[in-house]
Amino acid sequence: MRTRAGSAVVIVAAAVGGLVFVVPVAGLVWRAPWWGLWASLSSSAAREALRLSVVCSLWATAVCVMVGLPLAWVLARVPFPGRRLVRALVLVPLVLPPVVGGVALLLAFGRRGLAGVYLDRWFGITLPFTTAGSALAEAFVALPFLVLTAESAFRSADRRLEEAARTLGAGPWTVFRRVTLPLAAPALGAGAVLAWARALGEFGATITFAGNSPGRTTTIPIQVYLLLESGDVSGAIALSLVLLGVAVAVLAVLRDRWVGGWSSSP
Amino acid sequence: MTGRVRTATAAAAVVLVLAAVSATSACGHDHQASARKTASTNAAKPAVTIDVFAASSLTEAFTELGRMFEASRRGVTVRFNFGGSSALAQQVNDGAPADVFASADATTMAKVVDAGHAKGAPSVFARNRLSIVVAAGNPKAVEGLADLAKPGMVVVLCAPEVPCGSLANATLANAGVKVQPKSLEANVKAVVTKVALGEADAGIVYETDVKAGGPKVAGVAVEGADDPSRQAAYAIVQVVGAAHPDEARQWVDYVTSSSEARSVLAGFGLGSP
Repeated sequence: MRTRAGSAVVIVAAAVGGLVFVVPVAGLVWRAPWWGLWASLSSSAAREALRLSVVCSLWATAVCVMVGLPLAWVLARVPFPGRRLVRALVLVPLVLPPVVGGVALLLAFGRRGLAGVYLDRWFGITLPFTTAGSALAEAFVALPFLVLTAESAFRSADRRLEEAARTLGAGPWTVFRRVTLPLAAPALGAGAVLAWARALGEFGATITFAGNSPGRTTTIPIQVYLLLESGDVSGAIALSLVLLGVAVAVLAVLRDRWVGGWSSSP
Repeated sequence: MTGRVRTATAAAAVVLVLAAVSATSACGHDHQASARKTASTNAAKPAVTIDVFAASSLTEAFTELGRMFEASRRGVTVRFNFGGSSALAQQVNDGAPADVFASADATTMAKVVDAGHAKGAPSVFARNRLSIVVAAGNPKAVEGLADLAKPGMVVVLCAPEVPCGSLANATLANAGVKVQPKSLEANVKAVVTKVALGEADAGIVYETDVKAGGPKVAGVAVEGADDPSRQAAYAIVQVVGAAHPDEARQWVDYVTSSSEARSVLAGFGLGSP
């Protein structure tokens, strides 16, 4: 009797949890301007924003993988003083309001920023208002997702297999490439996908750091915001649906194919 | 068991003592507070909270006005929701519980009026003029709109989708100046931030924003900014179906017609209508 009531409570709570995701999406679909959808999407501004969103989010994911994987490996395997502090710092972009993250990036990599001054002086590089700046802002916000997943994957990988490979004469790089990486691959894939999804929807840090420059930094979230500002709700919903469609399609495909160990359904 | 009972008794005793102490101290010195309390109860008016949705450029001025309004009317609390005018208009039209709506431009106000959510005609209560914002000390020696077109000048403007952007474009077109902005920011404050941090050399914002921007930025007068058609007209209206229509109307009257409000608004750089 008691367990039945208990499981009913769990099921109701789970249903409420599911509705939290479903209802807002249903709201978008309900208000979507289906007949004018193509007109909204075929505008050059919309196509340009879509292209930029894809380009920037892929670059951001690439940056996350290139610097995030090594960082995750070091955090998981190399004991050093201050490791706990670094681990906590990795979480900063998660808890920082994205707009503040954008200001932090300006203070670091802006024209007058801590490091930006030298980028400008030595290499003539200024990141704000450029596509590279958008990608950097997205990478900053997305990085924790990759590092957290990858670190736990590296930590939970079976060390005995690595030691076995080493006794069989494999060098550290071979061990990493042939043993550690394949063991962690599903989780790394999941981390990369999460980071990509976060980058795709990024708004606050991007608009603060890279501004809104059509064709260079106006990604879909920014375009959606501006459409809402000008009162074009149906245009905003149309673009949001594209973003949603792209993300759901990619996540559905990857979850089954690439990220095998992620779902681990019974 | 006895131990637990004893702890519980002790805890209860502590609570009783604390309660007694705080009660006596309250009676002891908070004479004024209790007197005030009686006064407000005697007024026999239940506490009322009105919700005012207002353009974010009114944040400082309205917060101050809200305090003064509350001080003069016991039992009335003014609760604000500040945001971009368009977003607020959308919220009001979608049925958000607003008693009063104040927008930074006439076009946005028209959306609420057209949707039938405005009670009566909105009244313009303040104007904001455009200004060029530059870094303090004006290092690039900007003297007017024409300087914004100079090569090497990094200019950011508001996006044409927001009022300050469309006003800036109209003013630039009128002056015959063609600017290549590096970025079209989503709101005025973002333009000021870019200039204050040195990312941009100049931008076009409202005079109030230059004032609110602090010592890091300075303003340069814009030619033709006195033309009322190139100013932001702030309008306020009571929302249909307001939960507290009487207090909402009092607030609208206070903002539009009291000399107190006039001087506060002027203090924040907002001109009279």
